[in-house]
Amino acid sequence: MARDVQLLNRGFSPGKALGLFAKAHPDSGGIASFVGKVRPDGDVKVLELISYERLTLPGMETLAKEVDSRWQLDGLLIHHRTGHMRPGAPIVLVAAAARHRRDAFEAVDFAMDHLKSRSWFWKREKRSDGWHWIEPREEDHADAKRWDV
Amino acid sequence: MAVTVVFIGKLADLAGEGEREVTAPLSWGGLEDALGADLAEAASQDRTKIAVNGAVLADKTTLQAKDGDEVALLPPVSGG
Repeated sequence: MARDVQLLNRGFSPGKALGLFAKAHPDSGGIASFVGKVRPDGDVKVLELISYERLTLPGMETLAKEVDSRWQLDGLLIHHRTGHMRPGAPIVLVAAAARHRRDAFEAVDFAMDHLKSRSWFWKREKRSDGWHWIEPREEDHADAKRWDV
Repeated sequence: MAVTVVFIGKLADLAGEGEREVTAPLSWGGLEDALGADLAEAASQDRTKIAVNGAVLADKTTLQAKDGDEVALLPPVSGG
């Protein structure tokens, strides 16, 4: 299966990446995708995502391999930002191309749950009173545990 | 003869720098001594993990880093 896993340090266009991905998989019956964005709520002016070179991308590649082993896919794309982002900016694009829709939907759902809770990213957000580190969220861990069978 | 200790996220804030050179070889006890009280306390918390050259240690007290190694102190991930 074709895997396209990237860690991006500048803004990207999910629409463009998805278009290219669709073009690369003309024989797939369906493509499911998810775009995660910086939530424009309250007082947050900037979100910073920090990665660690020796773990973050290797961890994303390991995740892609696991997705590959669990579902029948023609292609999988995971693009994830690091660095500074404004509210509304895209953080992550996950897309899966498959013969059948169920594989594509589930692969994207699984990849997102694992990116949200078990990937090597650290976050802080800038509010009017300065920078705040973001702690892990219980909900994200519970979401990922759904798949532990 | 040095080990590079890398601080990630809020541990970099606490350290006041992103990385620090420490004399090799480096054990867990040696790391605690090199870090100073506040950082050593943060490093010893269960949720703080340690990686040597990108491999996360199952038990950080088994740390044995040699010249040229990179030791990273990793606070709990906040997710992507």
